[in-house]
Amino acid sequence: MKKLLLGEQGLVVIFALAFGLVSFFVPNFLTERNMLGLLQSVVTVGIVACTMMLCLAARDFDLSVGSNVAFAGMVAVMVSNSTGSIPIGILAALASGMIVGFVNGFVIAKFNINALITTLATMQIVRGMALISSDGRAVGINDPAFFNIALSKFLGIPTPIWVLAALFLVFWFVLNRTVFGKNILAIGGNPEASRLAGVKVDRMRIYVFALQGLTCAIAGILLASRITSGQPNSAVGLELAVISACVLGGVSLSGGRATMSGVIVGVMIMGIAENAMNLLNIPAFYQYIVRGVILLLAVLLDNLRSSALGRR
Amino acid sequence: MAFLDFDSITKTYPGVTALAGVGFGVAKGAVHGLMGENGAGKSTLIKILSGDQQANEGTIRIDGAVQSYGSTRDAFENGVIVIHQELQLVPELTVAENLTLGRFPAKMGIIARRRMLDEVGERLKAAGIDVDPRRKVKTLSIGERQMVEIGKAVMLNARVIALDEPTSSLSSRESEILFQLIDRLRSEGKVILYVSHRLDEVFRLCDSLTVLRDGKLAAHHETLRGVTRDQVVSEMVGREISDIWGYRPRPAGEVRLKVEEVSGQALKTPASFEVRAGEILGFFGLIGAGRSELMRLIYSADPRRGGAVAVDGVPLTATDPHGVIRAGIVLCSEDRKHDGIIQGRSIEENINISSRRHSARLGILKLPVEAETAETFIKKLRIRTPSRKQDVVNLSGGNQQKVILGRWLSEQGIKVLIVDEPTRGIDVGAKAEIYELLYQLAEGGMAIVVVSSELPEVMGICDRMMVMCAGRIRAELPRAAFAEKVILAAALPDSAAPTAIAS
Repeated sequence: MKKLLLGEQGLVVIFALAFGLVSFFVPNFLTERNMLGLLQSVVTVGIVACTMMLCLAARDFDLSVGSNVAFAGMVAVMVSNSTGSIPIGILAALASGMIVGFVNGFVIAKFNINALITTLATMQIVRGMALISSDGRAVGINDPAFFNIALSKFLGIPTPIWVLAALFLVFWFVLNRTVFGKNILAIGGNPEASRLAGVKVDRMRIYVFALQGLTCAIAGILLASRITSGQPNSAVGLELAVISACVLGGVSLSGGRATMSGVIVGVMIMGIAENAMNLLNIPAFYQYIVRGVILLLAVLLDNLRSSALGRR
Repeated sequence: MAFLDFDSITKTYPGVTALAGVGFGVAKGAVHGLMGENGAGKSTLIKILSGDQQANEGTIRIDGAVQSYGSTRDAFENGVIVIHQELQLVPELTVAENLTLGRFPAKMGIIARRRMLDEVGERLKAAGIDVDPRRKVKTLSIGERQMVEIGKAVMLNARVIALDEPTSSLSSRESEILFQLIDRLRSEGKVILYVSHRLDEVFRLCDSLTVLRDGKLAAHHETLRGVTRDQVVSEMVGREISDIWGYRPRPAGEVRLKVEEVSGQALKTPASFEVRAGEILGFFGLIGAGRSELMRLIYSADPRRGGAVAVDGVPLTATDPHGVIRAGIVLCSEDRKHDGIIQGRSIEENINISSRRHSARLGILKLPVEAETAETFIKKLRIRTPSRKQDVVNLSGGNQQKVILGRWLSEQGIKVLIVDEPTRGIDVGAKAEIYELLYQLAEGGMAIVVVSSELPEVMGICDRMMVMCAGRIRAELPRAAFAEKVILAAALPDSAAPTAIAS
C-alpha cells in the first residue's frame, strides 16, 4: 500500500481511487454534462499549470499568473473592442502576457532577485494595471463572435477543452523530448552544475517565464470569452490553485522533478474536489478549507515521496 | 563476548546492495578501525549504527542487548554517538549551549546559565578538552569544534562513539590533540569506532581493524600486531596493486592551450602557461593555492578580469562555459556535488546534458542516440549501476565522478580536458582506470590539465608540473626534475625563494 501510494504511479492510483469514490457516492457526477462541466472548470488552472510545471521544475516560482490572466483578458477584450478585430485583440493579449512573463524572467535571471519576491511584486503591479485600464470596471465584449471562442464545439466538445488537451500534449513533448525541457529539469536539479555543463541558465529561465506569460494569456482569452467580459478582478488566487495542482501532481518545489501526467492528475484532482463539493451543495466558504487541506496533504505527500526516494 | 557486536547486517538501496551480511565485534575499551574504499559500505554501517538508517537484516548488540533504533535520537539515548565529517553544531550558540542543547538546565523556562557553564566546564575539563564553554561555536577553529563534538559524547556518557573521517579537515597538531583525547576515552572503557582512509592514523590509534569491500567483510584483525600496511591495502582493493600509475611517455605536439596573464577576483596575480597536444600537465599546490580558481577562470566559470586564453592559436571570445565548451575546452570540477552532478536526474541525462547538442535536431532529442551514448560510457567507464535510468545521487562518489567524465568524453571535438581532483574519493582500482583513460586521450592528441592535491598522483601521471602557492605559479618542472623536496618547497608558503626550472 505504502509502495503503491509513494511510488512512481502513486498519483494515478490516488486519482483512480478518488474518481471511483466520487463517481459512486456523488449523484449526477458521472454524467456527460457534468464531465464536460468539470473539464471546462479546470481549463484555466490546467493551461497555466503546464508552464508552472516548467517553472517549478527549474526551481523557480511564479505568483503573478492570476494577475496576468486577468490582465491578458482585459487586453483581449479592450483591444478587440477598439480595433473591431478579434484576431488583433488576441494577438495583443498574447503579446502582453509574454511581455509580463519576460519581464519577470529578466529581472529574476539577470538581476538575480528571488523569484518569489519578483513575482509577488509583478502580481500586484499587473493587477493594478488591469484595474487601471478599465477604471476597475468590467468591460463587456462588443463583438458576439468573441463568445464563440469558448462556446464553439468540435466533435461535441467545447474548444477550450481541446486547447487544454493540446497544451497538455505540447508541454509533455517539451518536457520529455526537447533539449529545452531537459535543460529545465537539469537547472532545477543543480543550477550551478548545469551552468558549468554548458546550459545557458539565465536564458532558459527567461524563456520559462515568457512561456508562462504566454499560457496565462491563452487562459485569459478563454476566460474572458467564457465570462463574456474582461474582468480586472478575475482569477484572484489562481496562482495558489495552480501551484497546488502542480505540487499535488508530484512536481518538486526544490526543482528537478516534474511529469506532465502528474500535473494533469493534480489538476483533475483539484477539479473533481471542487466539482463534487458543488454537486453536494457544500457552501463556498467550506470549500476554501477543503482546498487548503488538499494543498497541505499534497505537500506532505511530496515530502514523504522525497524521503521514500532517498533524496538527500 | 564483544561489547559492540554487529551481526550479519544487510542493507539494500534501490538497485544497490550497500551491505551484505557484515558482522564483527569490538571489545570494551578498544579503538576499532573501519576501513574500505569508497562505496565499500563504511558510511552505511555508521548510518545504521547511528539510527539514521535501518538495516534490512541483522542486529546490533551492545553489551549483549539488541539495539533497534528508529532515529538518531534513539541511538543517542542508548549511548551511541556518531560524529560525522560535517559537524553538527549551532554556530550562533556557545559551546555550553551546544552541549546542553535540548536539555538546558532551566528554572521556569529561564536558563540557569551559571549552572550550565559550571557543569559543562567541569565535564570538558575532566575529559581533557580545553575549550572555553562560554565561547560561541562560530569563533572556534575546526579542530576545536571537533573537540566540542566529542564533548557532546562525553556529556551524554556515551558508551559507543563512532568517528567518521575525523581528521579530514584538521591540521596535524589538531589531529594529535584529537588522538590524545581518543586515547583517554579508550582508557575510560568506551568503544570507539574509527572510520578513516588514512593508514597512518589507523595504525597509530587502533587496537583492532575491520576492512570492508563491496559491502562485504574483507578482513577482520583482532590485533594489528603483525599486520602490514600493504596487507591492509590489498585487503581493501582485493588484489595486489603494483604500479597504479602505469605512466608511459608520449610525444608532445603543437601548443593547444595557451593561457596568458589570466586573472580574476579569486586570483589576483596573473598566471600564464601552455599545454601541448598529447601532453598531461599537472597542477600541484596546497588547498587555497589558487589552482581551481585559475581553472575556473580559463573555463569562464568565473568572470576573467584580464588576460587571454587561446585554443590552437584561436583566441577564446566566449564569456561563459556554454561558449568555452564549444571552443573545445571542458572542465571536471573538484566539487562534484555542487558543480558536477545534476541531482535527481538519471545517469543517462547527466551524461547527455552537453553532448546531446550533436544529436538533437531543432531542439528535439534523439532518445535512442542518448540511450546508446549512456550505455557506451557506462560500459567504457565501468560505472556500477543497475540501469542508465538510475538517479545519479544513488551512486557512490567514484561512480558519480565517472558519470561526469562520461559527460565530457561523450562530447565531440574536445581539445583541452581540465580535470580538477579527478580521483578524489575514488577507490584505487578505479583510479588506475581513470589514469589509463587520460593517457589514451592524450595519445589521441588532447591537451590535458590535471589539478590535484595528491603529490604522488601528479608525480605519477604528469609529463610536466606547475606548482602553485598563494595564488601564483611558483615553479615549473619537467618530469625528469620531479622531486618531492623541490615541489614541496615551492608549494609551501613560507619557504624560501621560488624555484624556477626551465623546461
